[in-house]
Amino acid sequence: MAEKFLVEAVNDALHVELARDETLMVMGEDVGRAGGVFRATAGLRERFGENRCVDTPLAEAGILGSAIGLCMAGWRPVCEMQYDAFSYPCLDQLITHVGRYRWRTGGKMEFPLVVRMPYGGGVRAPELHDDSPEAYYVHTPGVKVAIPSTPADAKGLLAAAIRDPDPVVVLEPKLIYRGEKQEVPEGEHVVPLGQARLAREGTDVTLVAYGAMVRVCERAADELEGAASVEVLDLRSLRPLDEDALLASAAKTGRVVVVQEAPRTAGFGAEIAAILAEKAILDLHGPVLRVTGFDVPYPYWKIEDRYMPSVERVVGAARKLLEF
Amino acid sequence: MARVASEEHELRRVIDEDREVDGLGADDLLAIYRSLILLRTYDERSVVYHRQGRIGTYAIFWNHEAMQAGSVHALADEDWIFPSYRESAIGLLRGIPASTVLHWWRGHPAGWWNPAEHRVASICVPIGTHVPHAAGLAWGEKLKGSSAVAIAYFGDGATSEGAFHEGANFAAVMQAPLILFCNNNQWAISTPLEAQTRAEALSDKAVGYGMPGVRVDGGDVLAVYEATREAVERGRAGGGPTFIEAVSYRAAPHATADDPRVYIDLDRVEEEKRNECVGRYEAYLRRLGVLDDATAEEIKNDALETMRRGIAAAEAEPEPDPELVFDNAYVLPPPGLREGWDG
Ligand SMILES: Cc1ncc(C[n+]2csc(CCOP(=O)(O)OP(=O)(O)O)c2C)c(N)n1
Ligand SMILES: [Mg+2]
Repeated sequence: MAEKFLVEAVNDALHVELARDETLMVMGEDVGRAGGVFRATAGLRERFGENRCVDTPLAEAGILGSAIGLCMAGWRPVCEMQYDAFSYPCLDQLITHVGRYRWRTGGKMEFPLVVRMPYGGGVRAPELHDDSPEAYYVHTPGVKVAIPSTPADAKGLLAAAIRDPDPVVVLEPKLIYRGEKQEVPEGEHVVPLGQARLAREGTDVTLVAYGAMVRVCERAADELEGAASVEVLDLRSLRPLDEDALLASAAKTGRVVVVQEAPRTAGFGAEIAAILAEKAILDLHGPVLRVTGFDVPYPYWKIEDRYMPSVERVVGAARKLLEF
Repeated sequence: MARVASEEHELRRVIDEDREVDGLGADDLLAIYRSLILLRTYDERSVVYHRQGRIGTYAIFWNHEAMQAGSVHALADEDWIFPSYRESAIGLLRGIPASTVLHWWRGHPAGWWNPAEHRVASICVPIGTHVPHAAGLAWGEKLKGSSAVAIAYFGDGATSEGAFHEGANFAAVMQAPLILFCNNNQWAISTPLEAQTRAEALSDKAVGYGMPGVRVDGGDVLAVYEATREAVERGRAGGGPTFIEAVSYRAAPHATADDPRVYIDLDRVEEEKRNECVGRYEAYLRRLGVLDDATAEEIKNDALETMRRGIAAAEAEPEPDPELVFDNAYVLPPPGLREGWDG
């Protein structure tokens, strides 16, 4: 096993999967000549040629719309959106077509495409390079959503997304693209969609998170050491969602805090809270609490740290729940 | 209706033809020079400030100054400017303080401005999405019976976006007095123009919208000025929008975070640098006898002083109050907005 950064693990997955499946192609803005603005697609064009790692025109709706047609022609496109907020032009295609085309063919046709993009804040970037758009994606019927938080999962989830017969959106936390090198299995490595990862075992309170917030929760768990035994559940995939793991952890600890950096209202944390209210109410010793971004545009970077869920805020919510 | 046949791809030039532009006196020529130097100085200092860690990631506009200064000089104060990130400092030509723009690149909320004050819209970061805004503004001014026009700046890459197309078509259908100013620097980050479009010239796109399309040498500040002035006059006279393709070359990285060595031909870059737009205009002014060493030095020193004061003011600004997270997203904030705030 080699140690890799998260973004290098993405690159590794693309190399392995492109070699494995000749119908796979990577497409997006600056993915070829430059190897991607984060170098997630580095070396692909040189190795697989310019038809399998395609620099497209600057048009996100065009990228995703043509990916639908490419699927119809028998290809499996892996589309890169350069940044979270720059994926918004593709939402039209995603919502109106990607999520419903199979349904509309009476299940006769598959659209095994992948949309992957760096997402999330904390990187001191200019406006609109910081969004967490997972709720828009997961709210779209017919679309699956995966979000890794470790290099190994970045590789395994992307491989699973690529091999999945349905459209999958993979959101990669850019804050930890080059955060910490970790062991990544060589060669083929698949982490099935729909399996949460117990990042830390505990008995008093469960912190539920995904993406860069998993590390924030782990640090909060460190802070709380001695005061409480904290479980951290890394969802890894929002749809399919590992409800069993969520309910098992809620049954064990009876206390759940959900952490998301996206704005609060109708975020994925609300979905988790609703599932727990529906299916685990008798297991809970207190309300499900959310630690989230706010219902405002992602702020300028000088004050972004106050917008992002901090270790302190997570610890505060956990303490509140423990004292409930 | 459209006036550009597809063969007319010659670039309009003034400097290289040693022409003079009607109606421009020595003072005007020097005013344009002043603007060019201010923008050049802003840009060069910003790259230094970035290296020194005094501003964040920065989109360099070196060799784009002629397109910006030339076109702004053709506008009246009542006319609206819709910049992209590439024209982040264009507001300086309208009196926006350098410190404000530096704040923007420093990630400080003091980098906001009121678009109505200087008639400069907020810097647009997503590609091309401001083109329909500019179309709407121009249309709205026309509906009010005002004589103001608008100009929207965007790159060659932006012409691939749906928003560009929709904005251009709206402007044409509504006969809105809009100048669609395309800075064709031939690159969209690492994507060269030939991978962006199969059109021989971007100005040809105007034909499809039913508006005039013109092509100018984007490194020739006077050609840009002249072409924009005609477009402004057409717009004010009720003649609707104009598409201007200004052809130049991105002789610097896309932004401070970009390393173009992996995709660009460095010899070509060197060649373009030798022919950069400020030096060309300076040589022209000296040929005309309008600029001498003393004036050039004074103008350069003024610009440097503007930047010294700008960065000093930006750095003297207190760190922003975190409460600003909640400011201004709503006129009437909904209850519960601060739920979870630990401030
Ligand atoms: C909708 C959208 N997609 C992608 C990006 C990322 N991006 C920033 S600049 C750029 C290239 C723009 O090229 P061009 O339009 O030619 O303008 P230039 O930067 O050359 O001035 C890209 C792809 C973005 N800002 N917005
Ligand atoms: Mg360009």
